[in-house]
Amino acid sequence: MQAEREHLDALVGRLTGALRGAEVLTTSYRGEASQFVRFNGARIRQAGSVRQGELTVELVDGRRHASAAVTVAGDASIDHPRLDRVLADLRAQVAVVPEDPYLLLAEGQPSTERIGRGALPAPDDAIHAVLAAAAGRDLAGVYAAGTTTAGFASSTGQRNWFESATFNLDWSFHLHADKAVKNLYAGTVWDPASFARKVDWSLRQLEVLARPPLELRPDDYRTYLAPAAVRELVEMLAWGGFGIRDQRTRQTPLLRMHAEGAAFAPGVRIVEDTAGGAAPDFQEQGFVKPPEVVLIDGGRPVDLLVSPRSAQEYGVPTNGAAEHEAPESVAMAPGHIPADGVLDALGTGLHVGNLWYLNFSDRAACRTTGMTRFATFWVDGGEVVAPVNVLRFDDTAFHLLGDHLVGLTDEAELLLDPSTYGHRSTASARLPGALVEAMRFTL
Amino acid sequence: MIDDLADRLAQLLPSDLPYCSARAVEERSEHLSVRQGVVEPVRTALDAGVMVTVWDGGGSGYAATSDLSDAGVLAAIEEARRWARHTAGIAVLATPPLGHPTGSYASPIEQDWASIPLADRLDLLRQQAEALAVDGRIVDWSAWLSLVDVDSVTVTNGGGRVVQRFRHVLPGLRATANEGANTQTRTFGGGAFCGQGGVEVLDRFGFADAAARIGAEAVELLLSPNCPTGTMDLLLAPDQMVLQIHESIGHPLELDRILGDERNYAGTSFVTPDMFGTYRYGSELLNVTFDPTVPGQLASYAFDDDGTPATREVLIRDGILERPLGGTVSQARSGVPGVANARACAWNRPPIDRMANLNVEPGTATFDELVASVERGVLMETNNSWSIDDSRNKFQFGCERARLITDGELGRVVRNPGYRGVSATFWRSLKGVGGPETVTVMGTPNCGKGEPNQAILVGHASPACLFADVAVFGGE
Repeated sequence: MQAEREHLDALVGRLTGALRGAEVLTTSYRGEASQFVRFNGARIRQAGSVRQGELTVELVDGRRHASAAVTVAGDASIDHPRLDRVLADLRAQVAVVPEDPYLLLAEGQPSTERIGRGALPAPDDAIHAVLAAAAGRDLAGVYAAGTTTAGFASSTGQRNWFESATFNLDWSFHLHADKAVKNLYAGTVWDPASFARKVDWSLRQLEVLARPPLELRPDDYRTYLAPAAVRELVEMLAWGGFGIRDQRTRQTPLLRMHAEGAAFAPGVRIVEDTAGGAAPDFQEQGFVKPPEVVLIDGGRPVDLLVSPRSAQEYGVPTNGAAEHEAPESVAMAPGHIPADGVLDALGTGLHVGNLWYLNFSDRAACRTTGMTRFATFWVDGGEVVAPVNVLRFDDTAFHLLGDHLVGLTDEAELLLDPSTYGHRSTASARLPGALVEAMRFTL
Repeated sequence: MIDDLADRLAQLLPSDLPYCSARAVEERSEHLSVRQGVVEPVRTALDAGVMVTVWDGGGSGYAATSDLSDAGVLAAIEEARRWARHTAGIAVLATPPLGHPTGSYASPIEQDWASIPLADRLDLLRQQAEALAVDGRIVDWSAWLSLVDVDSVTVTNGGGRVVQRFRHVLPGLRATANEGANTQTRTFGGGAFCGQGGVEVLDRFGFADAAARIGAEAVELLLSPNCPTGTMDLLLAPDQMVLQIHESIGHPLELDRILGDERNYAGTSFVTPDMFGTYRYGSELLNVTFDPTVPGQLASYAFDDDGTPATREVLIRDGILERPLGGTVSQARSGVPGVANARACAWNRPPIDRMANLNVEPGTATFDELVASVERGVLMETNNSWSIDDSRNKFQFGCERARLITDGELGRVVRNPGYRGVSATFWRSLKGVGGPETVTVMGTPNCGKGEPNQAILVGHASPACLFADVAVFGGE
């Protein structure tokens, strides 16, 4: 990582040295050296590695500015002429664009460093550990591992740096058709005993899945949502529900909360927990994030995520949110239902391990639809009876986290985001399970 | 740049391997946007890198790097060799089914965007954004334009060399109206009005004339009642058919899903290999093609990213399922004939089975005839919500706007329209297919799938289509 960091410093120094007059330059960087092994049927479908870096350069002259994201090769003979060209192109664009009333530059922000180092297994060791667990079984999934880096540097001298080394095994055991159990094993140090416990848990679930499945008719059912299922619901809220731009333009799915005083249950507290998450503590424009932003407390809205641009537009302080104003390290406070007693608390109803493919069926009402997926069971008298064929729900969060919420479990689970669109994600969620008195299923 | 790189890569590839390829991609993009009269920061990007793939000794592996120096490429070749060794004997396929093709492709362009200076491009968006704000109840409005140029070259150690140059144009308009706790948004085709080409792509979809209508329709929706609930006929406009085709024909027919590759992420399929040639997927009116040869459609190309020459193939003929969406590797694994659809979203992701241009072929009915045939039903336009189970069967979709149809006449506008169904039976209820004059050639810019994840451009063309006895509902 040191060579990567020194190369970037040299690039930023070169760009800074080429500035003219009152020009200011900011840069943000994201890089990774990752291994990906994809499994199907306990064999390898694809395996390989990706080494990449991208530097976003923003040139500012007064209130005019433009930005360019450029792949960094790590080789000066490629990067120097490429960035020289980028600077010239940005200068030409800045000469054309109008002044931006919403430009806000990071000033007085601290330089920071957050480095997390791991002990990742060699590719062969990881492959063999997974295939050993998969012996005689039908396993599908992906092992992703390696280092991720992020940085910010400006011509005014601010420097922020983030490194992490993690692995994320996102896998499922399959019985037949869509009957499967999903699990995640993620961290910074591969511990065979921890992995074995995860495998054992999946195998116990798989035994229940082997029973004849129930086909439930559409209806309202008492339902326990495991933390992974709660994550899907919270991600929907995060799709415009916690940012100031969507709140001010009335596009938030929590519109009824803001316009009519609707509320979640008093025990619902949701925060952007940067201190407890795994993401960088600074954003692309160099603003450092506070350790925590309280989004919902006592079931009601508190603060909103405010990007620098929105701060200028709406005349409020920024709290270091990224442009999309969605949480990256969301956390929900636990409740009082014993996590090891959810079956007793559920009594009779549905135990949902995962939800899948959620979307709004009426955004303004925060009405959401989606599917059950992977291990979903019917529970009777606190005992698991049988797996349940997939069901579609269509219900509003004001019921699920509001007047129909019985309670939350007393433990919140840390879920590292396995997403790899473009690059490996550093987002995470820390969430409890939720027991709902009546959840509406429609298909 | 890409031609010089092709020469250099060809020299660097080792000749002692059964199969080795290098796929280099250079993507240049520009994103312009005007929101509420303010020109947002101009964003451009250059993404360049190479993926080396090695098949050797019963295994295969890849290494992707943004270091395009000779040393960087040679290091990637060694890395890919190591992965081939790691996977030897435990890979799903031991021997490479891939060839060494030569050829080229370039998006057809009538007017290059280089002929329109940046200031004029911004002025165009400024005018459209201004035209969206037709009423004080419009609380947010924006116009944008994304231009994405992709040059790719694939060379192989057997003399293969494919060079393709794509020029994608993705325009957008959006107006949001609000009153109290009611918010309605209307867009320019939900992002589906996009394609390959130059400036002419905007004219293809009437971009310059759409803004005022979109703004007015957002306000109209605000004042409209909710869509009624019930079982009725459903007429889908092409900009909703895009989604219907994509989710309930495209994804279920992907052969890698059928083979189980996606079971941990994007899902499996209710389609099984034994269905090809006999299964009734839809009514006799349903004809579906995989057609990467349509000029100007978003996912047209001459070769897929495994180098397989791309040709038009019929997937569903007169309602009967004939062929899956499976590339050369999936075909070798399954023994089922497929299409040239192994595609990667970028240099840093390996090819997997994707849709390219997946189109419903036109029928003979005029739009007026389709409406006239409906006693009680609804016309839905422009997708805004999509959800389907992991076998691609139980779906629920929502649209921006709908109009009631009663006794063969289009009636009032209704808001928050949605409908539910099951793929395996929905297409059998297809009872009317619009003729060529109802067809729109469109695309979907963000189809997500794969581990590691990939979001890719795909194309869809469709006429208006009429379905019988669909479960329809509204908001609240």
